[in-house]
Amino acid sequence: MGPFILRRLLISLPSVMGISVVLFTVLALAPGDPFAEMALNPNIPAEVREAMRVRLGLDDPIWQRYLRWLWAMVHGDWGFSFISRVNVDLLILQRVPVTLVVIGASQLLAMCIALPVGIYAAVRPYSWFDRLASTVAFIGFSLPTFFTGMLLILLFSIKLDWLPFVYKADISETGWAWWREHLRQSIMPVAVLGLFQGASWMRYVRSAVLDVIRLDYVTTARSKGLAERMVITKHVVRNALIPVVTLVALQVPAIFGGAIVTEQIFRIPGIGSLLIDAILRNDTPVIMAVTFVFSCLVIAFNLIADLVYGWLDPRISYQ
Amino acid sequence: MRHRLAFASLFVLLAIVVLVLFGPLVWKLAINDIDFSTKLQGPSLAHPMGTDDLGQDLFARMLYGGRISLAVGLMAMLMAITVGILIGSLAGISRGWVDTALMWLTDLFLSLPQLPLLLLLIYLFRDSLKAVFGPEIGVFFLIVLVIGGFRWMPVARLVRAQFFSLREKEFVEAARALGASVPRQIARHILPNALGPVIVAGTIDVAAAIIAESTLSFLGLGFPPDIPTWGRILFDSKDYLDIAAHWALFPGGAIFLTVLTINFIGDGLRDALDPRKVL
Repeated sequence: MGPFILRRLLISLPSVMGISVVLFTVLALAPGDPFAEMALNPNIPAEVREAMRVRLGLDDPIWQRYLRWLWAMVHGDWGFSFISRVNVDLLILQRVPVTLVVIGASQLLAMCIALPVGIYAAVRPYSWFDRLASTVAFIGFSLPTFFTGMLLILLFSIKLDWLPFVYKADISETGWAWWREHLRQSIMPVAVLGLFQGASWMRYVRSAVLDVIRLDYVTTARSKGLAERMVITKHVVRNALIPVVTLVALQVPAIFGGAIVTEQIFRIPGIGSLLIDAILRNDTPVIMAVTFVFSCLVIAFNLIADLVYGWLDPRISYQ
Repeated sequence: MRHRLAFASLFVLLAIVVLVLFGPLVWKLAINDIDFSTKLQGPSLAHPMGTDDLGQDLFARMLYGGRISLAVGLMAMLMAITVGILIGSLAGISRGWVDTALMWLTDLFLSLPQLPLLLLLIYLFRDSLKAVFGPEIGVFFLIVLVIGGFRWMPVARLVRAQFFSLREKEFVEAARALGASVPRQIARHILPNALGPVIVAGTIDVAAAIIAESTLSFLGLGFPPDIPTWGRILFDSKDYLDIAAHWALFPGGAIFLTVLTINFIGDGLRDALDPRKVL
């Protein structure tokens, strides 16, 4: 499996390079100047601004800037934020765990909903459960995440006052109270993301299981006298999960997009809100680094999906 | 039961389209009539959807925004389908390095994080396009280009897969034997048969484009603030949730209803065009 991972990483490398080139070109071509704010400040003479531009290398030819940036990235030097005056990697490291926890929890929730409901709906197709679940699933993924978030805030924070709607990264309690506070403030964002994903995954799981359940080996297993539950869990699900994993992996960029919106609504200090703040303040190093991190995460999850795919399907060898 | 849902959705969607297209001709209140004495009122006879914090009539704003949201959805879908069919056909009809190169490009675009890049592109190029085309048309072009530019990949893959299976069929071979040039084979024989899944993908694209435009407006990076797209109305309403819930519920509900009906229609189309699948 080692050489397989290595080979996949090497194949992803041109994609990562391609993404970085695209990002860098977009940012370089764009109008907008991080020093525009300073231009309005009469205390900073023009020569000082020019000297700063030369010092930060903003006027060099684009290919030089790109190579310099790439070299720096590879070396772990992710630059210095124009606005926050903090090293970019520090800024990102502070925020990544929060985003990953929220996304991870929501994906777990989505899986816990989608798998059982989808499998049960497929085992009894066109029953009332199936029709109800499918309709609810449609409603689920037609509701945009920002609207669901606002509805939940309206219901649980404003009308009922059960849950806080602003996420606090530093909770003052300790021990069990800390966990309880953390849970209370995470339920809504995780629910918003998880239910949205769960709705569309439930449809995938259902269609995949429906495809598998009519195949001959399932009939054989049943006629051999295996309990229905064993047939489902040991034969059907494992095979049905294969296309589901592929589809889920393809949706990872969209999941990150959903996380960005949720972070804005609930004011969660993750990399999504960092990106939006950086965009609004023209903070180029942070924008480059965060978008790059997003792209690498997407590629990493594709790699994980390939590994899971290979583990699920014994026909695929690691050669 | 499925098909009844799809037909009902078609009816509802048509109703929304008619309302949005012809509503402003009947409902004459302006979208930016500021009147502080009537601010933040709930639904009433004079203002069927209530008013916002400047006293502007929400119903008129929703009708105006509906036109924009639907237009963006439609145009983005058309763009995504056109680019997707072009690239998919090119990849599908050629073998060797052209196909590999185009597929690598498709995979590259698929791994780009969509929302961050969407935000980036809109923020960076909004002003220059505004200068060239005027504020509304410029942003409209940008949003359509950018949203459509991220949705062509699945269409390209579908078209390519269809081409691979149709390319070797007898009727294409017959056309080839009769001396048809490659473009003619594509246009008259292969492409018309490949369009089934593309139509389904197209309906889903409209829904996705509407959601994308609303998301951009909701994050404050869509159309200029004075243009009341549904996402923008939702954005404006989010600080007044506790005292004026109607302000958020109407645009959110409208987006939800439109997207839901489009999804049901797409599902019905998929059932109609692909009878093999027992879904």
